[in-house]
Amino acid sequence: MGPNLINAAYLLAAILFILGLKGLTSPRTAVRGNLLGATGMLLAIVATLADRQIVSYETIAVGIAIGTVIGVIWAVKVQMTAMPQLVAAFNGFGGGASALVAGAAAFMPGTVEGVPEIQLQTSITLSGFIGSATLSGSLIAWAKLQGILRWQPRGLGLQLLSNGSALAALGMGVGYVLDPEALWLFCALCAGAAVYGILLTVAVGGADMPVIIALLNSCSGLAAAATGFVLGNNVLIIAGSLVGASGFILTQIMCKAMNRSLWDVLRGDLGEAAASSPQGDVYAGRTKSTSPEEAALLFETARIVTVVPGYGMAVAQAQHAVRDFANLLEARGAEVRYAIHPVAGRMPGHMNVLLAEADVPYGRLYDMDTINPLFAETDVAIILGANDVVNPSARDEPGSPIYGMPILDVDKSQVVLVVKRSLSPGFAGIPNLLFTRDNTLMLFSDAKKALQDLSREVREL
Amino acid sequence: MEAFLISVTVFVLAVFVGFEIITKIPSTLHTPLMSGSNAISGITIVGAVVAAGAGENEVAKYLGLGAVVLATVNVVGGFLITNRMLAMFRRKK
Repeated sequence: MGPNLINAAYLLAAILFILGLKGLTSPRTAVRGNLLGATGMLLAIVATLADRQIVSYETIAVGIAIGTVIGVIWAVKVQMTAMPQLVAAFNGFGGGASALVAGAAAFMPGTVEGVPEIQLQTSITLSGFIGSATLSGSLIAWAKLQGILRWQPRGLGLQLLSNGSALAALGMGVGYVLDPEALWLFCALCAGAAVYGILLTVAVGGADMPVIIALLNSCSGLAAAATGFVLGNNVLIIAGSLVGASGFILTQIMCKAMNRSLWDVLRGDLGEAAASSPQGDVYAGRTKSTSPEEAALLFETARIVTVVPGYGMAVAQAQHAVRDFANLLEARGAEVRYAIHPVAGRMPGHMNVLLAEADVPYGRLYDMDTINPLFAETDVAIILGANDVVNPSARDEPGSPIYGMPILDVDKSQVVLVVKRSLSPGFAGIPNLLFTRDNTLMLFSDAKKALQDLSREVREL
Repeated sequence: MEAFLISVTVFVLAVFVGFEIITKIPSTLHTPLMSGSNAISGITIVGAVVAAGAGENEVAKYLGLGAVVLATVNVVGGFLITNRMLAMFRRKK
């Protein structure tokens, strides 16, 4: 294939990526959109294989074979509850691949045609930096989500170290741009960036994970775009910047939904008051606990029931039990809605995927802005392993560390049934006065077991 | 310099296209969006294939091989898992 034909194929691939993402604007067209994206990718790969630059195919074939086997097995076997880990790992692979390509370009500068020297070295530096940091940061995020890594250091020392490693890496990068023969500078740059990626993500934990995954998603795209500058290849630049924009928007949405800046999230900073806020006695004698038998009576007359899932539902793998219970209520003539807070779970859209797995129709899933006015007409709101996102202090108490964070107004429902294993605080580490409200009942139990018990009791009504 | 400016132009315009499209994607589909866009960022496989196949430099070849493996996992795994998730959303209206 001549260069013009190859470039035409790349253009077509870029168009397919854009149309593919456009397909994701509705669940009806989303599967087709994903297929369009995959077709674009196949086209881009085939066009590249036909490039006259390529003289040996064995290495490529081996690489593609290994990668395909790993990718297929991983994607087919993974549990839906483990989706955040998978996305974190894949973000890292994308970044790592970009850094390696930048490295290869650094070792054979002659082969990249039509790219001016200064652009080549600068973009190799950027691609190596972003790619290495994305790889190491994603591996940390993966290990945290997988539960392997619990270490969560914070503080000024960590920040100084992380800023220092970034500056050192960039210094190496400048050195490399000035002297492209000094390949050790490029290697040192990547090592420094990898350290930076680790230090940047290690302070982030728990409920803040959606932010860091979205950010790493953005970085994996930017790394690909930087690689596009290395190779002077527009399809990489376009695809990379689309992904970069996507991850950036998600990062912003997540930060806004927690009323925190990206900076605070990266520092693991929850606000001054979080550590010193009163614990323990705020609940003493002020919560009402209930049993499945008693709670089932709530559903005897309930017409509108709203389920509010949180990370606890994912941990308990309770999504199917939720669906069974909802089926039961619907058979009795009630309407069941699901209220999804943007940061519920460990990644953007986490709850939606779990509920979709359990066959909950997506029309029943309401986002925060839509559902909040509807809590007033809700008879029973069931809180399943969510905590901070339903804490009325965020709305009512200007002194609260989480004040200003948008919440689900569950307390406006007739009755709030909180399913929770204990009164332990959520990620923000502060008490939730929702539990002490007059219209709140606590059902102390694992989410899955509670729903199974409730289903049994409701059947006997 | 001219080639560089064209590349920057392409980059900036694509970012705008990205913003326009992504802001219209409903929050229900944010997880598939991440895994799907992640698969698209595997486009770096194009560079990986060139590096692995150019056969000019041994080091570059092995770096390219590593890049091909990582990028292929990214692409194949990413599109497959996205398809798996989206099929669940489609099952019922």
